Amino acid sequence: MSEAVKEVPRKERREFRNIHVTELSNYRLPPAGWVSILHRISGAGMFLMLPFLLWLFQASVQSEMTFDYFRGILSHPLVKVVLLGLIWAYMQHFCAGVRHLFMDVHLAIEKDSSRNSAVAVLVISLLLTAVAGLKLFGVF
Amino acid sequence: MAKNNIGPNRLVVGAHYGLKDWLAQRITAVVMMVYTFVLLGAFVTGQNFTYDGWAGLFAQQWFKLFSLVTFLALYYHAWVGMRDIWMDYVKSVGLRLTLQMFTILWLVACAFYTVQILWGL
Repeated sequence: MSEAVKEVPRKERREFRNIHVTELSNYRLPPAGWVSILHRISGAGMFLMLPFLLWLFQASVQSEMTFDYFRGILSHPLVKVVLLGLIWAYMQHFCAGVRHLFMDVHLAIEKDSSRNSAVAVLVISLLLTAVAGLKLFGVF
Repeated sequence: MAKNNIGPNRLVVGAHYGLKDWLAQRITAVVMMVYTFVLLGAFVTGQNFTYDGWAGLFAQQWFKLFSLVTFLALYYHAWVGMRDIWMDYVKSVGLRLTLQMFTILWLVACAFYTVQILWGL
């Protein structure tokens, strides 16, 4: 019997390793994967822009003079684009965070419902960004 | 040690297993969510966006404290998140420690800047 065990040929096992940076471009992420990585990107982006946002906030509340200065900065198109990016980051992070909280209490953790909620997060945050963007660019 | 590291014999000293940070991230997120809705409500109900209305909101003591608590919650939340990112992607211990230290200094500076802005009103 010990001989029989010995003679079983060893099968080559496939190795599964973490994805390498060079493989990223041809790797198709599911919606939940997009929500996951965008959560990190949006969070890190807002972290890096904190001083800029605090500086804007300071200008808006400090005095009437700096408030006018604040409005002046905000009227610059480039600043508007940067702010729109940050608004999207906030909306995306907010919606994905709500999805996290639901999943923490075991809601929408099945394959189909988690896929749907991931798509909903991506769509809703884009719609909210569009609404805020229209306000930012003075459409209403 | 590895054999006995299960159930009641689990080694519980030395690492926090992330539970405290996980919970803190949820609680701080809820604080920020409530603040977002309060601020949005003030913004929507306010007739036009004037300096007096805007600065007057932050001049009230309760809103000043609410703002500070929320900003501090944000900084703790950001610390947990940024630490997760560094831990997942930066393999070199020296570089990771440097980045984590930079993150802490960045957030502490932001915290003091926030205090300065809010109490300068």
